[in-house]
Amino acid sequence: MAKFDLNDSSVVVIVGSGAGGGTLGNELAQKGVKVVILEAGPRIENHDFINDEWESFSQLAWTDARTTSGTWRVAKDFSGLPAWIVKAVGGSTTHWAGASLRFDEHEFRVKSTYGNIPGANLLDWPVTLAEMEPWYAKAENKMGVTRTNGIPGLPGNNNFKVLEAGAKKLGYKTVHTGNMAINSQPRDGRGSCQQIGFCFQGCKSGAKWSTLYTEIPKGEATGNLEVRPSSMAVKIEHDSSGKVTGVVYADETGAMQRQKARIVAVAGNSIESPRLLLNSASTMFPDGLANSSGQVGRNYMRHMTGSVYAVFEKSVHMYRGTTMAGIIRDEAANDPKRGFVGGYEMETLSIGLPFMAAFLNPGAWGRSFTSALDGYPRMAGMWLVGEDMPQETNRITLDAVVKDKFGQPVASVHFDDHPNDVAMRAHAYKQGAAVYDAVGATVTYPTPPYPSTHNLGTNRMSEKPRDGVVNKFGQSHDIKNLFVSDGSQFTSGAACNPTLTIVALAIRQADYIAGAMQKKEI
Amino acid sequence: MREVDRRSKHSRRVFLKGVATAVPVVAVATSAAVGIEDAWADDASALSPATMKTLLKVARDIYPHDVLGDSYYITAIKPWDGKAAKDPAVKSLISDGISRLDQNARDRHKVAYAEVPWEADRVVLLKEIEASDFFQKVRGDLVVSLYNQKEVWPRFGYEGSSAEHGGYINRGFADIDWLPKA
Repeated sequence: MAKFDLNDSSVVVIVGSGAGGGTLGNELAQKGVKVVILEAGPRIENHDFINDEWESFSQLAWTDARTTSGTWRVAKDFSGLPAWIVKAVGGSTTHWAGASLRFDEHEFRVKSTYGNIPGANLLDWPVTLAEMEPWYAKAENKMGVTRTNGIPGLPGNNNFKVLEAGAKKLGYKTVHTGNMAINSQPRDGRGSCQQIGFCFQGCKSGAKWSTLYTEIPKGEATGNLEVRPSSMAVKIEHDSSGKVTGVVYADETGAMQRQKARIVAVAGNSIESPRLLLNSASTMFPDGLANSSGQVGRNYMRHMTGSVYAVFEKSVHMYRGTTMAGIIRDEAANDPKRGFVGGYEMETLSIGLPFMAAFLNPGAWGRSFTSALDGYPRMAGMWLVGEDMPQETNRITLDAVVKDKFGQPVASVHFDDHPNDVAMRAHAYKQGAAVYDAVGATVTYPTPPYPSTHNLGTNRMSEKPRDGVVNKFGQSHDIKNLFVSDGSQFTSGAACNPTLTIVALAIRQADYIAGAMQKKEI
Repeated sequence: MREVDRRSKHSRRVFLKGVATAVPVVAVATSAAVGIEDAWADDASALSPATMKTLLKVARDIYPHDVLGDSYYITAIKPWDGKAAKDPAVKSLISDGISRLDQNARDRHKVAYAEVPWEADRVVLLKEIEASDFFQKVRGDLVVSLYNQKEVWPRFGYEGSSAEHGGYINRGFADIDWLPKA
């Protein structure tokens, strides 16, 4: 395996090893580019994952200090935990459910399609669906997405069968077991899904795509990729010409190291990525790196989310098998007649008893709460995920008081729902309940959003430098050899889960970076 | 459908373990004065047995599941004694919280909280202190310490870890048999 010198200034340094960073690292390594990935968390292989919600949370979750504000309920119920994401090699691809959907054409052109929405900082992407299609195809092939490349869909579990029956009764048309990056048959050296459940706790069988056991070992096998676990980036440095020169990071012992770099790509998820750019402020860039637009950290999106759990007379055992086992797509289109712009997906979801107790109605107690939990074995559940409006005031900033163990200000996450988000959630709750009522639910529970899993938009793409942080290739407008490679590039959030788009953008970005390096542009 | 055996396998293990650390089991068994059901609270070191017993009642009233015996709630609240032994702030948080609850109960019902006969009346007393640090800490701890007990899971039809059993691919992931034909 490669081991690069700290003073080797020819390497590309990538901060983060998840869907964006892990994919970019492998793609560059395959093209012969030398890469060092700095990953804040430890390397935990998939056989060490734990089928136990709280134990697994302690093993994988990003629990470093963060602060919160705003009117979203997460700030009250989980004030120190705005996001449920992972600190480990593989990033949140260890925890993700596997849903791999392409954006709709209009979702790259939200300003043109939705028009002026008061309070929303809408902007069209500088890329179109047509431009992205070949990259989506590469991503689907890489990840082994079901219902693409001739890969059959997964079998539906009990939770899906309830959803499907209700959806059909209601007249919904596009209902199936999803486009999932989970093997329905052996592929790419990994076996097929054993219906273990616990997809959120890391896939022990490796049937679900994660950079941990796909991209990263493949990249390492080229001899061009070195992954340094437990290495927390604290500052990106630059020279007097304004080009970045390397990354200062705390190694596994806590000692500060400086890895020189030809190019730096930031892929630490939409909370840590802007934090790192802001914490890298200098006399030349007093507002942080790549921030001449003032948009670094702004337009934080987390999707309109919520869940509906329903209890039936007879058993469901929703926790058996794939966590996200199927989807209804009929509400995903943009149909402003519903009272909001954008659309949402309805996807099955199950959580175990420990997390159901924690998340069903945080803070609730007494008989109404325990009566809901008594219904656990007879429960079916779905997650509602839809496009939320980018707002300039929804924002990652540096906390004025709280610092991490290296003395760096922690990220402060501010979020308020936009009226469009509220209207969409109300509609989604109603339709979700209707799906279950159609097949005899005795009671349904609208469940508030969990700590964010889809964190997006805080270093957004824009055609013009004044509107955003990076260009259509994720290259920062201000600094040629500084890139953003995660979901923070998203100009808007779309209705669907973001990982496929993050991976497609990373493959495309690798192509661009390798080309620009060859042409000596960077 | 494959159903989960929801019968309790918990027996009285918790009580006996508690007793064993305090006095010989034989002594307890032959003593008419100490009922075995009460003995678990007596080996508390930092918090008084009365406080522990009231805490048990509070725990049941916060998350009442009639299918669960006291043993699960005792397991959930017992760690408070150890935490109180280590940290005086925790000790006073719990002791003072219970004292206040008892005082409110005496003002209203002339008896301590645990002696108030009806759950509905006790819930009113809890509602009054819902915003207090004491209540928030006890509830916030209990939502994990009660529902994260592996012994509790089958009582709710939840089977826990599945990878070591080969997942559910041959164990009923798709065995639902009561849905209307689509």
